[in-house]
Amino acid sequence: MVVTFTVNGTPRTADVPADMPLLWVLRDVLDLKGTKFGCGIAQCGACTVHLNGAATRACQIPASAVQGQKITTIEGLSTDATHPLQLAWQELDVPQCGYCQAGQIMQAADLLTKNPNPTDADIDAAMVGNLCRCATYQRIREGIKRAAVLKREGTKATPARPARRPGEA
Amino acid sequence: MTDRRTFLRVTSLAGGGLLIGTLIDLGGAAPLWAAEPLTGTNTPFSPNAFIRITPDGAITIVAKNPETGQGIKTMLPMLIAEELDVEWKAITIEQAPLDEAKYGRQFEGGSTATPTQWEPLRRAGAVGRQLMLAAAAQQWKIPVGECVTEPGVVIHKTSGRRVTYGALATAAAALPVPDPASVPLKDPTTFRIIGRRTPNVDNAKIVRGAPIFAIDVTVPGMLHAIYEKAPVFGAKVTRANLDEVKSAPGVRQVFVLEGGTALNGLMPGVAILADTTWHAQAARRRLRVSWAAHPTASQSSADFAAKAESMLGGAPARVLRSEGDVTGAFARAAKVVEARYEYPFLAHATMEPQTCTARFANGAMEIWAPSQTPENGRQLVATTLGIAPAAITVHQVRGGGGFGRRLNNDYMVEAAAIAKQAGVPVKLTWSREDDIRHDFYRPAGWHGLRGALDADGRIIGWSDHFVTFGEGERFAPSAGITPTEFPALFVPHFSLGSSVIPLGVPTGALRAPTSNAIAFVFQSFIDELARAAGKDPIAMRRQLLQQVQKPESGAMPAGVMDPSRMLGVLDLVAEKSGWGKRTLPKGSGMGVGFHFSHRGYFAHVAEVRVSKSGDVKVVKVWAAGDVGSTIINPSGAEQQVQGSVLDGLGEALKQEITIDGGRVVQGNFNDFELLRIPEAPPVEVHFRTTDFPPTGMGEPALPPVIPALTNAIFAATGKRVRSLPLSRHDLSWS
Repeated sequence: MVVTFTVNGTPRTADVPADMPLLWVLRDVLDLKGTKFGCGIAQCGACTVHLNGAATRACQIPASAVQGQKITTIEGLSTDATHPLQLAWQELDVPQCGYCQAGQIMQAADLLTKNPNPTDADIDAAMVGNLCRCATYQRIREGIKRAAVLKREGTKATPARPARRPGEA
Repeated sequence: MTDRRTFLRVTSLAGGGLLIGTLIDLGGAAPLWAAEPLTGTNTPFSPNAFIRITPDGAITIVAKNPETGQGIKTMLPMLIAEELDVEWKAITIEQAPLDEAKYGRQFEGGSTATPTQWEPLRRAGAVGRQLMLAAAAQQWKIPVGECVTEPGVVIHKTSGRRVTYGALATAAAALPVPDPASVPLKDPTTFRIIGRRTPNVDNAKIVRGAPIFAIDVTVPGMLHAIYEKAPVFGAKVTRANLDEVKSAPGVRQVFVLEGGTALNGLMPGVAILADTTWHAQAARRRLRVSWAAHPTASQSSADFAAKAESMLGGAPARVLRSEGDVTGAFARAAKVVEARYEYPFLAHATMEPQTCTARFANGAMEIWAPSQTPENGRQLVATTLGIAPAAITVHQVRGGGGFGRRLNNDYMVEAAAIAKQAGVPVKLTWSREDDIRHDFYRPAGWHGLRGALDADGRIIGWSDHFVTFGEGERFAPSAGITPTEFPALFVPHFSLGSSVIPLGVPTGALRAPTSNAIAFVFQSFIDELARAAGKDPIAMRRQLLQQVQKPESGAMPAGVMDPSRMLGVLDLVAEKSGWGKRTLPKGSGMGVGFHFSHRGYFAHVAEVRVSKSGDVKVVKVWAAGDVGSTIINPSGAEQQVQGSVLDGLGEALKQEITIDGGRVVQGNFNDFELLRIPEAPPVEVHFRTTDFPPTGMGEPALPPVIPALTNAIFAATGKRVRSLPLSRHDLSWS
């Protein structure tokens, strides 16, 4: 079927099987590789995108369901990688392998929209569906809290963590 | 172009002499780097394969090893940039292609990069800095000793004149390259880059979703492939409905690859090539394959456990170590403790499923792979497909996790074989089920332990019958044990024996191989002995570490733990965790574990809270490590420790691979569960720096957390966990 929908603010058309998951429409048809394949059964969250603004697993959305809808992927979260989460992730060096991080960031962006000042418990509840095999979970928590600060105070916020040598406070 | 090419060696590198974990032999000293041809004016300055400076001032540093999340693409260039003396943020980092003649060994395994590269890569940078100093001195007609460097510039101390590296590039390119072994290195107190928190160099691309992973590779005209293999490892295809699958939408080719019998080679299977990954996956649901009977179909986890039980009832088939008078020690012991321990098979489950892209044209193979051992992969492709190694190009692409899975190159040889047969470029992408069911598993194992205590509560005797997998005198990959593993050399009367069960399931290295299981068993049993002796678990360990048994020759075997360094981290973790200073309510407890592996010393304390109904919450982990004199990248080092600790917790809490009828039962993250964020406690990381060369961080922080956790559960509940995972156990208490 021919599907017409909006991806990252741009109208796109794809001629794909109706049951083809959005994940593969994005990756293999529209060449947007930021959204990742991890499990195919909504267990890992690596493929998280926004469907009309809400975090959704792209591996579970058939192409037929996105007709006329608005999709945002990691490539479209900001125009110049300046979303507070993208800034915080770099400042705190959150990624290890980085494979799950697009999904983590898209899920976290949804959280910050709903809750601008999340606690650790809020973060754990919102991010429970996003696996990180490298287990950078501690920095994901810090990164979300840092992004909340950046969102409120802008980039003039005091750096979260100075570079330091071992032994220095 | 190659007439002035010279090969330089650093004689001080102990390439063949260093201990390389339990897994990888570095082999002989390969040429560490080859100088680029120097052809006079207007050429970039490139005194070796790792540095390039153009006259316009662009500085490029080459990262030689595979990157799968361990941070090596950031850390190795830090070593070069430090000694070259350049501004970190002003340089470009470039991933090297596979070319071991040029770069030396290029692999990721055994936490070996830091100890093997610490000196040679700093020397590679120092060569560049010396040439910049020499070029400036020549230009200013002054002695080189009057010049110093600041990042990216040479300065004449007395006149204050300055010249940039870029402006010196052409002149420096014409100078003779000094011997790296004799160039001076910086005083560590003047380091500007080493020792500073340095974020991963690919972060900006990662947060934008740039296509930098192996699964993102696109080659013009490529098809997307899946490869179906037998659920029973190595079974051949007898019949398949290829024509029916071929008629599915978007499918271009379907064929059988005969494959061989080696578990780490090209296995038999059916390839489906289609316009998109989804078309190939959808067509796969129509695929019906008859697989030939295979002897591994008779193997199952339940049978292995029964065999192990029976073997533990008898004597070990082989004696691996026997010291002192074990029989006598047990006969005169004040107290004897006996226990059996076991642990399951585990999968690696990298977040990025196995994937590889290959193109075969005009007799040449080009491969884009996330391999941890790309040269091994090239050789495997060469021998399997009959292509000369020189005709195979391998591009190193960022991998979404490694953990030892990508030490094997099965997915690489599959992609290459499919591309060769198909005649078009192919990207192979495994499903998660393929990944969980066709891994090289951490082998299961069983231990029958006995410990003897004297009247003062000292451990005087230790005997272990280790039941593992293998045949005759050969252990299956990563299923062995080092005979000097602690507490050998510390318990005076010590015996270690083994019996093996034949196995048709592939096994291999999982992060901290062997140690990730042995530490659980031995450090838990030491805890049992401490309890039996009525001693504090840390006091018991301190005592044990102080009763080292010097061999009669007086020299400790190479690669053995230095007890003073382990005591150092044990004391550090006791201090940081407030060990023995806090009173915890029933249901809460603290446990300790330490382990030496991959040259690293780690001791961890875990605090847990167990609900009356038996739910375990890990409240916090304190980690203390000694990896030598320098933490090269504190940010990356902290990541590796936190990641290792949580990785170990994930393994212990829920993970288990079960074999039934020669096939793996689990298939995805719903039944092979990774740790999730609410289960991840804070991990407080402390390093004790010591006067030893720095060593690797990828693995040694994992093993001690598992016994720290199970020992904490005992402290909290009085229940001793002797098998993993914890999800098997009823930990309720009242």
